Amino acid sequence: MVLDSGDTAFILICTAMVVLMTPGVGLFYGGLVRRKNFISMLALAFIAFSIVTLQWVTFGYSLAFGPDIAGLIGGLDYVGLAGVGMDGEGIPDLLFMVFQLAFAGLTLAILTSGVAERIKLSAFIVFGLLWTTLVYDPLAHWAWGGGWAASLGALDFAGGTVVHISSGFGALALALVIGKRAGFGQYSMEAHNIPMTLLGGALLWFGWFAFNAGSALAADGLAANAFVVTNIAAATGALAWLAAAWIKGTPASIGMISGAIAGLVAITPAAGFVGPMAAIAIGGVAGIICYGALLFRTNRGLDESLDAWAIHGVGGFWGALATGIFAAAAIGGVDGLIYGNVNQFLIQALDAFVAMGYAFGMTYLIAKVVDKVIGLRVSEEEEYVGLDLALHGESATT
Amino acid sequence: MKMIIAYIRPERFDRVKEALVEKGFFALSVTEIRGRGAQKGITLRGGKVSIDLLPKLKLEIGVEDTFAESVVHIIREAAWTGKVGDGRIFVLPVDFSVRVRDENITTA
Repeated sequence: MVLDSGDTAFILICTAMVVLMTPGVGLFYGGLVRRKNFISMLALAFIAFSIVTLQWVTFGYSLAFGPDIAGLIGGLDYVGLAGVGMDGEGIPDLLFMVFQLAFAGLTLAILTSGVAERIKLSAFIVFGLLWTTLVYDPLAHWAWGGGWAASLGALDFAGGTVVHISSGFGALALALVIGKRAGFGQYSMEAHNIPMTLLGGALLWFGWFAFNAGSALAADGLAANAFVVTNIAAATGALAWLAAAWIKGTPASIGMISGAIAGLVAITPAAGFVGPMAAIAIGGVAGIICYGALLFRTNRGLDESLDAWAIHGVGGFWGALATGIFAAAAIGGVDGLIYGNVNQFLIQALDAFVAMGYAFGMTYLIAKVVDKVIGLRVSEEEEYVGLDLALHGESATT
Repeated sequence: MKMIIAYIRPERFDRVKEALVEKGFFALSVTEIRGRGAQKGITLRGGKVSIDLLPKLKLEIGVEDTFAESVVHIIREAAWTGKVGDGRIFVLPVDFSVRVRDENITTA
């Protein structure tokens, strides 16, 4: 039980960088909605982070990282952060706790994609508290807290299933329950501020270095590997999506930045297990299949408004599989499919399927219950006026 | 000539534009504005929140006298939802207009 000052300093900084990703999501989404809901999207990101902060320090952390119960959930030993102190192995337990908190907060913020421009604030607070407790905490426990997925040997370096499959498929379920935005499909709902979305994307790209490299939980070679492959996957994803969109029509900057995020999502579970050349394949494929998922979504007339499903859900699913394909024992101690380890690939597939099914099903159930009890959606008139004025009494422009 | 000034719902703009193009009216200027009509905007949650200036679009279209009525009709039909806040159309007389490029003058 010796603290390493280098590791501690590194993870402290990483935690702050991951926290910055939450308003990054807010800016990314805020630029994509209509101007009348700009403040709402940003506010929801901050609110998501604040809800999760209180939930995590009171009981969420314990559910995720408390002593394992039947492989499904953590025990209540750490409720109120009891026994979570300034000591620890390498880094203080408190620091590990708050690093993980930043992940949980970010995940809930990604879900706002599915309810953009139409969710009631009170409903989001209630839903968010239930969601982070019933979906995020179990998934975090399965992968990282000693749950069944970890026992099985499923690899998720920084949250491909826990953060991205959960939020992506959760956003899809949420969008199906709350329904389409008024006028969706009848008139254009173009992004009102694309530079803001690009700025949000830049903050995400920056924060992702901490998200993935920090998940090594030490300032070491593995962290450097994660850092490097993260950047490669983001760059490849950006170019792949851009190229695909260019072939079909215009190389829009929104597609480019979405591709970067898709690459970042896909490399997340793999960052500590694959090398730089595998990262090119992972990011490139992510850019193309996530673009395909977005086209599928729009062609089907689904209003999963800001494409968390296409980018985080589908990208996260690909990332989980890709980890099982490209993992190299020389990097993370485990071989994948290309090195003849079929078993690892099957474990990854099983883990991804279960996470997808659980996240979608449980989110759907929670959303239905909240909708029945207090109603998820604002009134027709509030939606027309926009949530900035209707709910917050504010306007992004004078 | 007439200058047609129409205040419409922003979300109806695509329809209005398409309807005008369909009948051969291409020239058009658009401004994003905020405004209110006789109903003083929208009141929410039983009067607790009142929003009296809502985003609208202002269209300006200069046409020859003979087309004024049909343009008004096209805009009205495409902008109509039947609810409060559909907007208003004004028709103003114009002495003449000059095309900047070649000084082409239109009077009727």
